[in-house]
Amino acid sequence: MLELDAVNAGYGRAQVLRDLSLKVEAGEILCLLGRNGAGKTTTMQAIMGLLPLMSGRVVLDGTEVSRLPPHEVPRHGIGYIPQGRRLFSGLTVAQNLEIGLRVRGSGKDVLEEVLDLFPRLRERMDQKAQTLSGGEQQMLATARALCLRPKALLLDEPTEGLQPSMIEAIRQVIVKMRAAGVAILLVEQRVDAVLSVADRVAFIENGRNGDVMPAEALRQDHSIVDRYVGV
Amino acid sequence: MELGPYILLASLEGAVTAAVLALTAVGLSLVFGVMRVVNIAHGEFFMLGAVIAWFVAQTVGGHPALGFVAALVIAPLVVGAIAAAADMTILKRIDYDPERTIVATIGLLYIIQQLTLMTYGPEARPVEAPFNQRLAIPWFEWGEEGFEFYFPWGLSTTTYKLAVIGAAGVVLVGVWLMMARTRIGLLMRATQADRDMALAFGIPVERVYALVFGIGAALAALAAVLIVPIQQAHYLMGADPLLLSFIVVIIGGLGSLPGTVVAAIFIGLSDGIISVFFSPTLAKILATLLVGLVLVFRPQGLFGTRAA
Ligand SMILES: Nc1ncnc2c1ncn2[C@@H]1O[C@H](COP(=O)(O)OP(=O)(O)OP(=O)(O)O)[C@@H](O)[C@H]1O
Ligand SMILES: [Mg+2]
Repeated sequence: MLELDAVNAGYGRAQVLRDLSLKVEAGEILCLLGRNGAGKTTTMQAIMGLLPLMSGRVVLDGTEVSRLPPHEVPRHGIGYIPQGRRLFSGLTVAQNLEIGLRVRGSGKDVLEEVLDLFPRLRERMDQKAQTLSGGEQQMLATARALCLRPKALLLDEPTEGLQPSMIEAIRQVIVKMRAAGVAILLVEQRVDAVLSVADRVAFIENGRNGDVMPAEALRQDHSIVDRYVGV
Repeated sequence: MELGPYILLASLEGAVTAAVLALTAVGLSLVFGVMRVVNIAHGEFFMLGAVIAWFVAQTVGGHPALGFVAALVIAPLVVGAIAAAADMTILKRIDYDPERTIVATIGLLYIIQQLTLMTYGPEARPVEAPFNQRLAIPWFEWGEEGFEFYFPWGLSTTTYKLAVIGAAGVVLVGVWLMMARTRIGLLMRATQADRDMALAFGIPVERVYALVFGIGAALAALAAVLIVPIQQAHYLMGADPLLLSFIVVIIGGLGSLPGTVVAAIFIGLSDGIISVFFSPTLAKILATLLVGLVLVFRPQGLFGTRAA
């Protein structure tokens, strides 16, 4: 469904990703694990077209999205939940969601579905995004991405700074999306949180591919994680 | 001599300055707010508006109101289109890098100015106002019969000046409605909040930028069309509006539209009053001093937020 093929990318002349390849199937959760600064966020930005590729391709469902101008990438069905939420501040909850809905012309029914997943947002539609609590902001960032009816979903540390009940809520949404056939690329620091949902785990080290293995293998042998991620 | 009527007159003159300044500065503020670039050529878009207004009024002929109304429509459209084209051909190429944009718009400033000198010439030319009745300024006093009105000798304004103030108010409300209530305003505000996330949510940021740059310039041009029956069109007339707009935008808080309007009214009124009672130069000195103080003690501007 979503495939990165030997991607080289970076900031200006500073290369970060080196021949990185990944593949996420529909209805699968692939977790990207790596140390701070390994290039996980950079990978997501490269998928969204926010960084120019030096070489390589990003393909979504048969379309080479890396050839498109950046604003057309999400229109093919990639929803992005960035690290640090990055809501449109100054805009209300409703307006943030409206921008998500417009990406692929989703209707009111989609909005209702998304709000059913996050009932807390329904009560706060006219509140400015920046005045939401941290947990509510994460809900909004997630809801905004779901509003475009994504085929692929990129989540960059969605549980950063959240309390356990909120982490559980986000986890359930991710699992629901998988059941709906969405290809999910998940970046997460909390290895334990990841292993309970991931189907496969891909390690990234200094912008290069590390091992890719079923999450099941890691659940049994935790030492592999320690080797890549350190403690 | 009573001071009251003179203060009223000075305030009216100041209000005209404030109205035109508010339009010009809101254009600059919009561009800075959404695109995070400083447009040094903003004053030249103002000047182009006035010069084009003169050309249009000449061409149309007939009753002055015809030419003026035509100019009111055509000048902002033409100037907006020129600015949007400059955005797409120049600013986009240098990737809106803040420093390079300053240099590029300085270049644009001289190109526009010199092209105007070559075609329009060095003369200052008036555009006739569509209407221009003299209005005596009323004042009141406590006479033997109590409260009574009279018209102090020699003090007057014109209907046109009052119309300028009204028109500027209408346009400003229009800009506010566009930003707050329309789809394109929503896209502009989202782009302003986070450019990369705007892209990640399908907003064609390049087109939003071209539009914002065009609208910003068109507002300056519109302000110039309004003032040209009072001030005359001249190829060097862009310097003062540029300086005053910067003063207003800094005092009001970079990128804050309400702050810009409030600061424009404050600077415009005080400029009018100080110019009448002392000298225009003193007015500029005080305004510039105020900017210095704001930058030192409240760098986010009087109405800006720190993390803008
Ligand atoms: N805008 C930028 N300009 C230059 N270098 C950058 C930029 N953003 C990130 N980098 C560099 O790219 C490398 C990878 O950063 P990235 O944000 O992708 O790491 P990450 O794996 O997401 O880390 P974390 O777990 O801390 O979020 C780092 O060395 C970082 O310093
Ligand atoms: Mg990161």
